[in-house]
Amino acid sequence: MLNQALSNKRKSFELLMKGLMLLSVALTAALTLFLLVYVLLQGIPNITWELLSTKPSYLTESIGILPDILNTVYIVLATLLIVLPLGVGAAIYLTEYATNRKVVGMIEYAAETLSGIPSIIYGLVGMLLFSNHMGTCLMAGSLTLVIMNLPTIMRTTQESLKTVPQSYREGAFGLGAGKWRVVRTVVLPGCVDGVITGCILSVGRILGESAALLFTAGFAHAVNGMMDGLAAPGATLTVALYVYAKEQGEFGVAFAIAAILMVLTVLINFAAALVQKYFAKRRSL
Amino acid sequence: MSMITVKDMCLWYGDHQALHHINIEIPEKSITAFIGPSGCGKSTFLKTLNRMNDLIPGVKITGDIRYEGTDIFSREVDVNNLRKKIGMVFQKPNPFPMSIYDNIAYGPRTHGITNKVQLDEIVESALRGAAIWDEVKDRLKKNALGMSGGQQQRLCIARALAVQPKILLMDEPTSALDPISTSRIEELVMELKEKYTIVMVTHNMQQAVRVSDYTAFFLLGELVEFGKTDDSFSQPQDKRTEDYITGRFG
Ligand SMILES: Nc1ncnc2c1ncn2[C@@H]1O[C@H](COP(=O)(O)OP(=O)(O)OP(=O)(O)O)[C@@H](O)[C@H]1O
Ligand SMILES: [Mg+2]
Repeated sequence: MLNQALSNKRKSFELLMKGLMLLSVALTAALTLFLLVYVLLQGIPNITWELLSTKPSYLTESIGILPDILNTVYIVLATLLIVLPLGVGAAIYLTEYATNRKVVGMIEYAAETLSGIPSIIYGLVGMLLFSNHMGTCLMAGSLTLVIMNLPTIMRTTQESLKTVPQSYREGAFGLGAGKWRVVRTVVLPGCVDGVITGCILSVGRILGESAALLFTAGFAHAVNGMMDGLAAPGATLTVALYVYAKEQGEFGVAFAIAAILMVLTVLINFAAALVQKYFAKRRSL
Repeated sequence: MSMITVKDMCLWYGDHQALHHINIEIPEKSITAFIGPSGCGKSTFLKTLNRMNDLIPGVKITGDIRYEGTDIFSREVDVNNLRKKIGMVFQKPNPFPMSIYDNIAYGPRTHGITNKVQLDEIVESALRGAAIWDEVKDRLKKNALGMSGGQQQRLCIARALAVQPKILLMDEPTSALDPISTSRIEELVMELKEKYTIVMVTHNMQQAVRVSDYTAFFLLGELVEFGKTDDSFSQPQDKRTEDYITGRFG
């Protein structure tokens, strides 16, 4: 009897917990879906070819986001171009060359902490370090983003370097290969997936960044080539979204940009998953 | 003539002394087996001979090791060249995740050979040398990880042969393999001693008897006995050797 009562109590508790968990899952899913659908519904009707292919003009009182798209592309390219060699190089040094475990541990800890700092602080520092010397421009913004993304690239590369079996390194050293040859031919090919994943994550962060760029890259909407663009102030899509919504009350444009960013984010996550799947398959061969 | 002469060699991992005053002369063009219970320092000693221990932080070595008369720790010795002369085959087959061809060509390319014709020749003769040519000649461009364990180990032997070493160090090369692959490797090793000096760690007493010409018995970081395999096994000089090979411990 007693046992029966106890097990009934247990059962209803189990049921209750299961119900609660189901509820939280449903809530999470619903919120995500709502956000996605709401932004897309508000944004997509406002996306026109005109919007995508022109720059804003006071004469015709029209708004176009071509400059912001270009600025985003420039800043992503410039940032990756700088952060990749730095981050991958640092990761290789730390995992393959550095012998002082204490220092390595400290640097890893610092990188971990760095990636948790609010981005507005990066903006502030970037302004003092870069914008005050080179002026407010995309390049200053890009350099700020380099500092922000360096830990990400470094950590993801390091993680995948650690998955390269030690026996490969031993095999290569045993044949008389020097350190650099071992790294280049045996270690690096094994960590391509980490580098790509890091890149994708970084692109996502760059696309989403506003605070750090408001301080450093400015808000201009001029159409430029890549080199001129980097030297001039400019808004990325995310910054433009802020400016149009907050300063000009152009919510249609803001939502159009939001929809574009949202789609890009989904695509980026998808790409990241795809890359990981591809390399997991190749590794298990 | 001895290829390697070791005098009064000690080795520490940090504070832990793993090898105590080792003296040995490893004879040319013969097979020397290292036997002894687990943890007695066989692998450690083997890895010292081509300085693979350099890769482990905190290793300290004293004493004298000479390869063909040259002190292997002297400043003039290029460690990459030393490892080219003294090749190594590991316990677990460790082919690189590349094609069979590229695996074999890795060593020669490392040492500056880029000529395609020359590489083709080296690859073929190395694979023939390791008795695996016929099995793989039609799939040289295939990934080496797709081979069986025994084939992978023979590939690793071929890879080591491709840099034309003088000495081959083998750390339990058959312990991860099935009996058939094992006997193929044993046959191979016995053929290889015509041209190479071979040092082989083994846990398998029968294997030592079958294959080796000389046997070194290690215990707790000491070299207890070294001599012709026939003598070591029929009339061991040391009581501890006798106890070990008769299965009283280990
Ligand atoms: N990298 C290392 N760092 C610290 N100690 C080590 C290291 N490698 C081996 N040792 C220690 O050195 C001693 C000898 O180890 P070694 O691997 O040479 O033994 P072994 O005779 O090859 O054993 P097995 O038959 O199990 O392979 C052991 O006490 C081991 O714990
Ligand atoms: Mg061992």
